[in-house]
Amino acid sequence: MPDQLTEEQIMMRDMVRKFAQNEIAPRAAEIDRTHRFPRENLEKMAALGLMGVPIPEEWGGAGCDFLSYIITVEEISRACASTGVILAVHTSLGCFSTLYFGTEEQKKRYLTKLATGEYLGAFALTEANAGSDPANLSTTARLEGGCYIVNGSKIFITSGGEADVYVTFVRTAPGRGYQGITCLLVDRDTPGFTIGKKEEKMGLHGSATTELIFDNARVPEENRLGVENEGFKVAMALLDGGRIGIGAQGLGIARAALDAALDYAKQRVQFGRPIAEHQAVQFMLADMATRVDAARLLVYRAARRRDMGLSYTKEASMAKLYATDTAMQVTTDAVQILGGYGYCQEYPVERYMRDAKITQIYEGTNQIQRLVIAKQLLK
Amino acid sequence: MKIVVCLKQTFDTEAKITINPDGKINDQGVSLIMNPYDEFAVEEALRLQEKNGGEVTVVSVGGAKAQDALRQALAMGADKAVLVTAELAAMDEYSTATILAKAIAGLEYDLIIGGFRAVDDGSAQVAGRVAEILGLPVVNVVTKLEVADGKALATREIEGGSEVVEVPLPAVITAQKGLNEPRYPSMKGIMKAKKKPMEKKDPAGLGLDAAAVAARVCALEYFLPAPRAAGKIIPGEPAEATAALVRALREEARII
Repeated sequence: MPDQLTEEQIMMRDMVRKFAQNEIAPRAAEIDRTHRFPRENLEKMAALGLMGVPIPEEWGGAGCDFLSYIITVEEISRACASTGVILAVHTSLGCFSTLYFGTEEQKKRYLTKLATGEYLGAFALTEANAGSDPANLSTTARLEGGCYIVNGSKIFITSGGEADVYVTFVRTAPGRGYQGITCLLVDRDTPGFTIGKKEEKMGLHGSATTELIFDNARVPEENRLGVENEGFKVAMALLDGGRIGIGAQGLGIARAALDAALDYAKQRVQFGRPIAEHQAVQFMLADMATRVDAARLLVYRAARRRDMGLSYTKEASMAKLYATDTAMQVTTDAVQILGGYGYCQEYPVERYMRDAKITQIYEGTNQIQRLVIAKQLLK
Repeated sequence: MKIVVCLKQTFDTEAKITINPDGKINDQGVSLIMNPYDEFAVEEALRLQEKNGGEVTVVSVGGAKAQDALRQALAMGADKAVLVTAELAAMDEYSTATILAKAIAGLEYDLIIGGFRAVDDGSAQVAGRVAEILGLPVVNVVTKLEVADGKALATREIEGGSEVVEVPLPAVITAQKGLNEPRYPSMKGIMKAKKKPMEKKDPAGLGLDAAAVAARVCALEYFLPAPRAAGKIIPGEPAEATAALVRALREEARII
């Protein structure tokens, strides 16, 4: 069976599910309401080894495969999508960039702390004029006396102000597009680096999304990740894995919405019987469940191909596209099934719907995913 | 300090119980968990080990599926496991306790801990029987445990209060809710669990023949509780309805 998991993957999924449902889900509504960063969730996850699931043990991780990490994101996001995205960005982008491109020294200094959860990682690529088109980025850096002097700003940075280390992309060669980008590891306490405006978002209220400001920020040359002017390779290497992670987040949110809709439909009585006995509702539930299962198969397939060392660019984009569109569709349908109650904050489905929307946008919009899929099909 | 924990794989507490046409409980597709009371026992053993050093061995009698519960205990931090696979037509508390006691007799132990009951059949007999067979003192329904100088100081629930009991080791202790808050197995623990030793035995290998473990008690029938009947709404004006309600409570329900 394509969704067959190994004994370890099942144990791990059961553990994360139980942990997430008991320890994380009960706080999710409060975190959403108060826009509070869920630090305590991350501390508990760190204690269980969930902040470095796919990172080798020698660097402080749990040494599991990528699929185990993806299942972790799914289960955590099912309980709290804000915590899910913090985990996904930290692992897919923060940990993996350092694992793939870090020197021995950088891995010792950063990766061991990231993978154990002592440090939280963030990823700073997006700028006001460089979203889907990162070749246009204009935050500059010039090497001077052993330091990169960084100037400019980044926007929409997940865990801004909360993270300890920021994987930051800067322009080191003007006018050279993709060929002039360098990747730097920026410590939170770097002189000249400050956190700008925190966005007020539609959903994911627990996740801090901020602007980063670099005003002659001095980043030591030894914090350069990879080769100068070849920073775009770092971004490219992380992209596909990151997409599977966000697919898993969408899958988790969709799952939570389906569960809520099922529970409600069995209890809510109209016209003398539970609404789950009305065919109109049954058809919606059937479509929702089918989409969730299809999304899971696509997400797990992409993760498995990655674990097997096969190409997975197309599969990662399909997983991200389908699972996050599913999240939007299923959460919208869940609100519909719960009717007036679904629109009220007393029930969780309106939160799921608000949280779902961003998954279609970040980590490559779903329009970009379609471009990637088409390009792979036609090449 | 060597600690043995007895544990059992049970139905998930949220599982929907159904009866097969042959009158037996349907276990197809039911999700299974480690008996929650046994989880308290594992946790307590691990805490004692962390404090005093030593070794924690987990033991289970059951089918191949009991292996999952043992693996979970290993992932939580237990050192080794013993699985006794008993494929008997019928088993009762006597069979299980006889096999368990025999398996434990071959191990070194200072303390034996188990859940005070299993959430499925709920007989609360097995640990007590094991103690009896091994000739050990037993303290049941323990909510606090301290071990020092070859003695165990156990606090147990009694009607209206608590009792503190001192017993010499080795002894059998059964865990009640409140003893501790069981840990989740960590990712690293899960990855290590498969590499830890799991010894597999069967009753014959332990020197027990079929007659020695044959069930003494036979379950005659299983049936589900009657579904709760729908409530009754008494219509009419408040005064009339109240009179009708009082009549119903006196004549139909016969509670006033």
